[in-house]
Amino acid sequence: MSDLETFRSETRAWLEENCPEEMRAPVRDEDDVFWGGRNATFKNDAQKAWFDACVEKGYTVPEWPTDYGGAGLAPAESKILKQEMARIKARPPLSSFGIWMLGPALLQFGTEEQKLHYLNQIARGEIRWCQGYSEPGSGSDLVSLQTFGEDKGDHWVVNGQKIWTSYADKADWIFCLVRTDKEDKYRGITFMLFDMTSKGVSTKPILLISGSSPFCETFFDDVEVPNDQFVGEINRGWDVAKYLLGHEREMISGMGGGGGIGSLGKAVMPSLGEDAMGRLDDPLLRAQLAELDVEALAFKAMAERFMDELKAKKNHPATPNMMKYVGTELNKRRHELVMASGGSEALEWESEESRGGAKARDWLRTKANSIEGGTSEVMLNVISKRILELPDA
Amino acid sequence: MPLYHTDDQAMLKDSAGDFMKNEAPVSHLREFRDKDCKDGFSHALWKQFAEMGFTGMLATEEDGGLGMGNTEAGIVLEEIGRNLTPSPFLTTSVVGVTGLNHASKDMRDQWLPGIIAGETVLGVAIDEGPKFRPTNIAMKAERSGNGFNLNGRKNFVVQGASADMLIVAARTAGSAGEADGITLFAVERDAAGLSAEAARLVDSAMGAQIEFDNVEVTADAVIGEVDQGADVMTRMLHAGQAGASAELVGVGAGAMDMTVDYLRERKQFGRTIGSFQALQHRAAHLYSEMEIARSTVLKAQQLLDEDDAGAPLMVSVAKAKTARAVNLAVREGVQMHGGIGMTDEYDIGLYMKRDRALAEFMGDANYHANLVAEMNGY
Repeated sequence: MSDLETFRSETRAWLEENCPEEMRAPVRDEDDVFWGGRNATFKNDAQKAWFDACVEKGYTVPEWPTDYGGAGLAPAESKILKQEMARIKARPPLSSFGIWMLGPALLQFGTEEQKLHYLNQIARGEIRWCQGYSEPGSGSDLVSLQTFGEDKGDHWVVNGQKIWTSYADKADWIFCLVRTDKEDKYRGITFMLFDMTSKGVSTKPILLISGSSPFCETFFDDVEVPNDQFVGEINRGWDVAKYLLGHEREMISGMGGGGGIGSLGKAVMPSLGEDAMGRLDDPLLRAQLAELDVEALAFKAMAERFMDELKAKKNHPATPNMMKYVGTELNKRRHELVMASGGSEALEWESEESRGGAKARDWLRTKANSIEGGTSEVMLNVISKRILELPDA
Repeated sequence: MPLYHTDDQAMLKDSAGDFMKNEAPVSHLREFRDKDCKDGFSHALWKQFAEMGFTGMLATEEDGGLGMGNTEAGIVLEEIGRNLTPSPFLTTSVVGVTGLNHASKDMRDQWLPGIIAGETVLGVAIDEGPKFRPTNIAMKAERSGNGFNLNGRKNFVVQGASADMLIVAARTAGSAGEADGITLFAVERDAAGLSAEAARLVDSAMGAQIEFDNVEVTADAVIGEVDQGADVMTRMLHAGQAGASAELVGVGAGAMDMTVDYLRERKQFGRTIGSFQALQHRAAHLYSEMEIARSTVLKAQQLLDEDDAGAPLMVSVAKAKTARAVNLAVREGVQMHGGIGMTDEYDIGLYMKRDRALAEFMGDANYHANLVAEMNGY
């Protein structure tokens, strides 16, 4: 048996032993996801057992080095772990902006001390992070950021306002873009980390069309930040921010493949019925669902190629922008069809049976996919300029 | 297997790309169209294909071939598509050889050496109507003495009039619509009672309507099992569908490259038109669609080569997705070129024509999306 085959069979055995039955089902809603943090509670014992087992093994962040709380897996091993987890539909043990976004940036730009400290915390789900990028008036155009950090020698004093800070009201710490040089608008930004319980930090949730409020307005009023809590170099926060945005786009684009959702057409077959030929009894909807399946499977092939090329360092650096664009547009299309397939039942907003109107709320939530993390239009700009090398206006 | 080309495959891509560009670029297609060549392709070029080792890629080493897979054939096909090279490669070396690989040793010995040498050309006779419906075969093959007697008519046999042998799907049992009861026959082009009426197609290839009027074949002409021809036919179709998808990706890439180059140089209103955001966004969208289409083709070919149970689903995804994406590429190509895109003198229209023919070949996007729905259980 090759090393990888051995690894596969060991992984399979480990999952068999450690992944509880309740954790082998697709995530349906927020309740099924464990986000960690100082005030975290587990939904049930199975969720806790699964999380603890993964922390122990380094499987919350399988590819990170063991010194930082990971399992130190090689890319080929990590791919096998993903495949084996997908095979039994295992839920992610921990969902975290620390894992998806801050972690990769720290691995690239952090000092050894920062890595040992923060990465281990992230891997163990001890601190829940939020991201402070956007500001009122600075959505896709981050160059116009206004939040200012004044250098006071042994600390900064930060003043300003962030917006669309996901789960800021539940987060323990924030990673944040702060202007530290007002003269140089392209470079004068620093990537800072600080505790959300610091004096002068306040948050206010924003109610969305989906009826939920995952985003907040976040206010900084003379917040004192120790001057060793920055990543990368002072005034070179862009390097960190851009690297991190690439990972955010990968994460968001990953949703387009439909995850473990499978074929929507098949899922709605029992409620819509079949015709004499055994086909979904709504030929035009069936045709649209068939096109969606083609697109979803095609996107899945693209995602596989993208990850394989990324690992072999063969991809164009702007590929995440393309993935983000197509993945989010596809996810919106899927949810339009979820609504069309559900008919009047998908309109329910509050009933128990509809799990609190999950279909309708999810549908509305997806509309943000092509806005957050850079709009589809910004992605198309990047593709046309950096990949196709079309001229500037 | 990672979803990108190995180093060996990348080398093959370079050599196939150089070969098509140097020996058979778009001007070669024009030349053969304009001199009204009755076969629609160059026999001399087909010999050169053999010298490059392309003709027998899918034949086994035991039969004198290279024992390569659909992935490698797809690499050659993409370059064929990019250059609109007219050749019998897809029907003969991909679909035909895949069929012959399931034929008797005698039949392989009879046909493969000529194919590998670039001397023999095959036709594939399945369609009987204007749309591809491979189980809707009505053409009859009735037992007659030791062999069979063939009667019926076949549509859209690419290079059918100039092929040396036709692989013919006929019905030995059952009725139209059923997969059981189909048998595959190798019928020599000069068999008595076989007549072909060739006509030039929109992409300048020659397609033929073939009439079978009491064509007698021996039992040795059967490929695979009597009544069970659908098995081998399905393998031929998968190879042909994945292959056509690969060629389509080449067509789309060729059209997109022409268009993006044009956007970079054409000036209107005192600016290069490629600086207009309306066109940039359309070009970027097209690029994304083409990259996704390319991924589906490689995935389908890898699964076919591994004989993976998921291959049929991915083949249909590939044909459906490439048909949509490449159709967008050629439409945007003509539109963004403006008036010049409508002229015969300019090449972009030739890409649009080849796309239309390949999109129909062995099932269009709707046909394959329907199969995806069926395979997914609705």
